[in-house]
Amino acid sequence: MSKTRQIEIWVGAFIAAGFLALFFLAMQVSNLGTVNSGDSYTVLARFDNIGGLKVKSPVTLAGVEVGRVLDIYYDAEDFRAVAVLGIYSQYDTIPDDTFAKILTAGLLGEQYVGLDPGGSEQVLKEGSEIAVTQSALVLEEVIGQFIYGKAQEGAN
Amino acid sequence: MDWLAALGRGGLAVSARLGRANLLMLAMLGGLAELVRRPRLLLEQLMSVGVLTVLIIAVSGVFVGMVLGLQGYYILSRFGAEATLGVMVAASLVRELGPVVTALLFAGRAGSALAAEIGLMKATEQLSGLEMMAVNPQHRVLTPRLVAGILSMPLLAALFSMLGVYGGWFVGVGLLGVDDGTYWAQMQSQIDWYEDVGNGVIKSVVFGVVCTWIAIFQGYDCVPTSEGVSRATTRTVVHSSLAVLGLDFVLTALMFN
Repeated sequence: MSKTRQIEIWVGAFIAAGFLALFFLAMQVSNLGTVNSGDSYTVLARFDNIGGLKVKSPVTLAGVEVGRVLDIYYDAEDFRAVAVLGIYSQYDTIPDDTFAKILTAGLLGEQYVGLDPGGSEQVLKEGSEIAVTQSALVLEEVIGQFIYGKAQEGAN
Repeated sequence: MDWLAALGRGGLAVSARLGRANLLMLAMLGGLAELVRRPRLLLEQLMSVGVLTVLIIAVSGVFVGMVLGLQGYYILSRFGAEATLGVMVAASLVRELGPVVTALLFAGRAGSALAAEIGLMKATEQLSGLEMMAVNPQHRVLTPRLVAGILSMPLLAALFSMLGVYGGWFVGVGLLGVDDGTYWAQMQSQIDWYEDVGNGVIKSVVFGVVCTWIAIFQGYDCVPTSEGVSRATTRTVVHSSLAVLGLDFVLTALMFN
């Protein structure tokens, strides 16, 4: 084997290994492999308080991820936060009286939107709005209520 | 008065060096068209700059990953958060350690070799010889080395990060008993392709340009004696390392704020 050919093979192997590593970083380490590239339809949900919910937080139904939060903005008219949920198109039979609540994975984990399906015959479609929602649990408020309750008990 | 003059002399020398470095960069970029016609020159440099650096990068990557696994596990288990070990290992590697450590090793392994080689070419008047034969030494000798360095760095950094993730996996999952699925799943849900991996790649490309540029300039600009070549080699490693660490701070502040 000539020397040039040997060099060519080594350089080829190096470049291939480098790109393979980049591919690995993309698919196995980062979220590129898990991002559902399929179509999704958007559904709005209004919350009094979204807590620590972020764009790209998961939307789950029965614990299975069925979508992602696409956008979060503040609606100045009714003083509530609007979360735009992108639900993957294959989940097209979610009833339109579904209940959306913001939950926390573990005690200190990240927050996500959990859906509880209702019993309606109508299904959620592009642009529909989830009517019943429950806000994020804010730890300080819960503790505050607890302390307030204890103080009431003491007073009685 | 003397110290003022010394300060002025130093300042002027630094500006002159910076100017020469920029002119050299322009001259090397002018050789890109010629390089397209002679890809063989690039191939040889990819061999000596890229392929021969793979071994040290691979070994360091695995060991850095394993240390991250051990240290991360030790700290995270205090908070009962071993599940996020994968995220910690991958984020530190992809965002910081991959590009930075690769660049530091690259400066030590490939940069010093480049500077010494070019410095010796200058000292033994090979560069002047090329010029005598109407071959532009900047285009023929320097441009392929610059391009090879810029191409190699991101690939080396990606290799480093990948092997580091496996090193952390070996320690965390294999030795310390973190759940295999959790290690990868947490990583995939927390590491963003564009924010983390993409910015890491941008960093390593910038480091590639800076390290190779410094090495080539120090070699080309050296005093053509044995002492001058040795100084150029030392300066290459010192300046590259400082530039990488300083630039890393600036790039991180720009990217992740």
